[in-house]
Amino acid sequence: MSVALDVSGLAHRYGPGPAVVDVSLDARPGELVCIVGPSGCGKSTLLRAVAGLLTPTSGEVRVDGEPVRGVVPGLAMVFQDYSRSLYPWLTVRGNVELPLRGHVERSERQERAEEALKHVGLDGQGGRYPRQLSGGMQQRVAIARALAHRPTLLLLDEPFASVDAQTRADLEDLLLRVRAEHGMTALLVTHDIDEAVYLADRVVVLSPAPATVAAVLAVDLPGTRDQIGTRAAPEFVHLRTEVARLLRR
Amino acid sequence: MIPLVRRWAVLVVAVALWEPAARAGDSPFFPPPSAIAVALRDRLWDTDLVAAHLLPGVGRMLAGWAIAALCGVVAGLLLGRSGVVLQYLSPLFAFVRAVPPPLLVPLFLVLFDLGTPMQLATIVVGVIWPVLLSSIDGAASVHPVQVETARVLQLRHTDWWLRVVLPAAAPKVLAGLRVSLSLALILMVISELVGATNGLGFQLALAQRRFDFLTMWAVVVLLGVLGYAFNSGLVAAESRVLRRQRKEA
Ligand SMILES: Nc1ncnc2c1ncn2[C@@H]1O[C@H](COP(=O)(O)OP(=O)(O)OP(=O)(O)O)[C@@H](O)[C@H]1O
Ligand SMILES: [Mg+2]
Repeated sequence: MSVALDVSGLAHRYGPGPAVVDVSLDARPGELVCIVGPSGCGKSTLLRAVAGLLTPTSGEVRVDGEPVRGVVPGLAMVFQDYSRSLYPWLTVRGNVELPLRGHVERSERQERAEEALKHVGLDGQGGRYPRQLSGGMQQRVAIARALAHRPTLLLLDEPFASVDAQTRADLEDLLLRVRAEHGMTALLVTHDIDEAVYLADRVVVLSPAPATVAAVLAVDLPGTRDQIGTRAAPEFVHLRTEVARLLRR
Repeated sequence: MIPLVRRWAVLVVAVALWEPAARAGDSPFFPPPSAIAVALRDRLWDTDLVAAHLLPGVGRMLAGWAIAALCGVVAGLLLGRSGVVLQYLSPLFAFVRAVPPPLLVPLFLVLFDLGTPMQLATIVVGVIWPVLLSSIDGAASVHPVQVETARVLQLRHTDWWLRVVLPAAAPKVLAGLRVSLSLALILMVISELVGATNGLGFQLALAQRRFDFLTMWAVVVLLGVLGYAFNSGLVAAESRVLRRQRKEA
């Protein structure tokens, strides 16, 4: 079976102590893999290695079979520190259009930016500056920027951590919809067990720091999910208990 | 903030007190402000002060400043993002910056002849340091998350420099430009005092040799007005840029 993303034996240390010890995981094309792990266990480090932003101390990341050396084309990433990842001197529209510059025509650029903003429920907000928006809205701008890019590999680092419950549910469903439409491969980091099980085709559970893979669980829920029905399904409840048990250890 | 009228009141009162004091003192070295004002008006109106001295001098000053600004900003931004190169060069910069720029005048008098090339060289070399050093600072201060975001977005070089690095550095760059503009005025006058055949500094030196204290004072007041005007212009530009970056809801 073909793999879109293959991480093997990844380890990284910033200073004397290791941040990630030995992580291997993969994702099939179009698959949504969620990574859950305790706070500070090395989730962001793992994602930054996959993005090609850091060279791991050992191990390898392959995207479409090619070893990653630097950021691969077709990659988009939503950073955990979303407020810093938006450029405050650019408007919302300017931020979303930025990665499209030099790649698509001006008119299509504007169209795509508008469409992406609409996707996240921010139509008509393009002229405002990030600082004029709430935290949750800023996070949605960051998501819109990643979507406007039309990525084939989408990395999300705790993308919904700072929004209220209702917006969070909406954004989760948005992600599932966009994934169904465009079929990109996605890797999403979260510390929320329910979110991981709700979204994922597979859940990778990491151990406390330094990260190793504690377990990989296939999520046997129907392809289309809904916030109320899915969360009440016995399989959902069973899986979330399983993940919680693994994290408790 | 104190209202504009009240802030200026102090200057008005100071001049109003100086007037009777100068009249009572009746010293040729300290003419009353009213006499200086009349002298300034006469020299601006009746002689070729503006065409032959003010404009050429200010032209040289602005040209020198513009060359220094362009070179300083470009080199500063590149160096600020260069990492290793900067570490090698910073001791050199620390030394050169410590040399008082007016000391360049005698040196450049030897290297060049009297006249425009010498004055331009003095101004350019003298005022480039504040721009260069503050541009380096500004470029080095781009937040790591903003740098990583730019890498993930795979920005074109032009977008990276013009839409990320330059705006991030803008507050510091503008502060440096302001310092170097006031330094340019000082160097303009000093270089004209010793090495020119026209310019306000030349007029000042000439008036001094003729014991024409009224003209000396008139030139001093004119220089004060010039310095104030240039500074206000840049302060206005600075606050516009900063307002855009700090736009609140
Ligand atoms: N740039 C860095 N330099 C040095 N150490 C770092 C750096 N980034 C992360 N670390 C350390 O590596 C470890 C893992 O950090 P990481 O950010 O990957 O964890 P995380 O699982 O994403 O945490 P969180 O749940 O808080 O987002 C932590 O101990 C952290 O202090
Ligand atoms: Mg993290």
